[in-house]
Amino acid sequence: MSDATEANGPAGAGAGGRHVRVVLVDDHRMFRTGVQAEIGQTATTGVEVVGEAADVDQAVTVITATRPEVVLLDVHLPGGGGVEVLRRCAALMADAEQPVRFLALSVSDAAEDVIGVIRGGARGYVTKTITGTDLVDSIFRVQEGDAVFSPRLAGFVLDAFASTDAPPVDEDLDRLTQREREVLRLIARGYAYKEIAKQLFISVKTVESHVSAVLRKLQLSNRHELTRWATARRLV
Amino acid sequence: MPGPAGRVTIIGMPEAASLPVDDPRPPRKLYRSSDGRWLGGVARGLAGHLGLPVIWVRLAFVGLFMAHGFGALLYAAFWFFVPLGIGGVGEQKQSLVGTETAPDGRRRLVARRPDKGQLVALLLMVIVSMVFVSSVNLGGAAKVYLVPAVLVAAGVALVWRQADNARRARWVEVGRRRRTLTLLRAAGGVLLVTAGVSAIFVLQGSAAHLGAVLQAALAVLVGITLLAGPYLVRMTQDLSEERLMRIRAQERAEVAAHVHDSVLHTLTLIQRNADNANEVRRLARAQERDLRTWLYKPEGTGKDEADEPDTVAEAVRRNAAEVEDKHGVPIEVVIVGDCPLDERTRAQMQAGREAMVNAAKYGGEGGAVQVYAEVEGRTVFVSVRDRGPGFDLDSIPADRMGVRESIIGRMERNGGTARLRAVPGGGTEVELEMERAEKTS
Repeated sequence: MSDATEANGPAGAGAGGRHVRVVLVDDHRMFRTGVQAEIGQTATTGVEVVGEAADVDQAVTVITATRPEVVLLDVHLPGGGGVEVLRRCAALMADAEQPVRFLALSVSDAAEDVIGVIRGGARGYVTKTITGTDLVDSIFRVQEGDAVFSPRLAGFVLDAFASTDAPPVDEDLDRLTQREREVLRLIARGYAYKEIAKQLFISVKTVESHVSAVLRKLQLSNRHELTRWATARRLV
Repeated sequence: MPGPAGRVTIIGMPEAASLPVDDPRPPRKLYRSSDGRWLGGVARGLAGHLGLPVIWVRLAFVGLFMAHGFGALLYAAFWFFVPLGIGGVGEQKQSLVGTETAPDGRRRLVARRPDKGQLVALLLMVIVSMVFVSSVNLGGAAKVYLVPAVLVAAGVALVWRQADNARRARWVEVGRRRRTLTLLRAAGGVLLVTAGVSAIFVLQGSAAHLGAVLQAALAVLVGITLLAGPYLVRMTQDLSEERLMRIRAQERAEVAAHVHDSVLHTLTLIQRNADNANEVRRLARAQERDLRTWLYKPEGTGKDEADEPDTVAEAVRRNAAEVEDKHGVPIEVVIVGDCPLDERTRAQMQAGREAMVNAAKYGGEGGAVQVYAEVEGRTVFVSVRDRGPGFDLDSIPADRMGVRESIIGRMERNGGTARLRAVPGGGTEVELEMERAEKTS
């Protein structure tokens, strides 16, 4: 998937002084090796892989021991899936000093999987077909506390927050603002943050803060469409 | 490359009845035939089992019937104990319009005619019954019970036949319009049995007590219903649920088998075309799409490849898949909301397809084409975006009417709008907007 968000930032640029410590959590050894080979050249990419794990228990152990800045987390894992890892690392995520941030990575396209890990606390979601450059970019974005939305995730979120007749429980959390909706739409249409900024005549920073706001709503909203997310088609 | 497997028509036959043709030694099992049967399908089933013409079996039953009604008993026993299946003699589908292989070997459609053998057997049955009834040498007292007994038997036969139909409906789609017929039959059967039983009472000279007896019987029936009713209802519910689950699982297993098969197939092709990068990419994409469709499809949307899409989401996905396969450029599709297609949105889908083709042809080298479709209220919006070199509408020669006609023209003729524009970040974007047709219902 060519994620829109990765087109941001200097494509193929070197480490540029950036450095991030990463843990890979995925039950497919082949995939871990591939990612390691693609992004693990710390000299070029600035990404340092400090640990790997193949299931939930291992992941919790490794993450607690190495305290990475970013965890690349597979959605489907033996032992309860990525959501379980997020649940058991909640304290680490909330750490004020140096929070561990999660970027979900999956081959899955199922809405409930994707929305599930985001609600579980992941700061973004990309598919495994993402290119190495784009993945490095997304990792740094997450490290800085931004959200990484793939077009597909944006589509799911728009669907989840679709206008329903049900009155919102919490006006602030259960509704997207017009601006947030516009930003999500453009992400879903394959625009990079820079392009969105140009299109809406706002700064990239503003785009990022809109996306982060959407992420926050997604994680905190109690609306039942979100909590009991179903892939049922929303026939208008 | 086959697409996602179409719906598997599950025929809920017992295992043995659905034996594959090439099975070396199918276990011979006796089933009653549900096609072309006339009463219980016993004769047909037996004939099929023994490899005899049906008419012989029927005649044999009629002959046995002469022997103090032994044939009837035998028939009833068979009916009761032999499970209903599909098969017996002449396993051709007996729909209203069947196919028949003409002498010249070509199959042609024929309207279904009533089976001659059936008619003959029926006539014979009636004649023999007459003979039997008149010739039966019972005591005068017993003779009067004959008519009620026949009544009861007829009623029971009717109800059983009904039960057969209910079983058959599991694997043969019996339309709902026959619901009334079903009820009528059951009611008729019950009525006949009641009449027969009542007649026996009346003949026994206890006509005076008939009212009291009926009341008592009714009370007993009501009591039994109250006691056993809930249990029976729960049991039938459990049964039908279990059956549904089994059918679902079977359906999934069938699809899984198909998917695995096509995955293997694709891997073979990929190995064979290892030096043709484009072909490998195309194969892998197509297979990935199939697999995704199967994995993440909401339950119960097993649509056949051949089916026309009937919602916006389906149409967009279908078009994207076809264009992707044809031009070998990956197309990412994101869809928000959905609605049924109408003539306007159909035109929009056509225009969208055209836009995808253009994007794949002229902007494919810039990476994946991004397609976004959204249904919001009465508005359907589709955008197709590529990251190619971009193009200028004015520079298209007038004779190249592709974009102008098939995208812009088509949208405008149907009351929608189309916008082509260069995107700030490079590439071209086509935006199609259409108001849905007013509801005619």
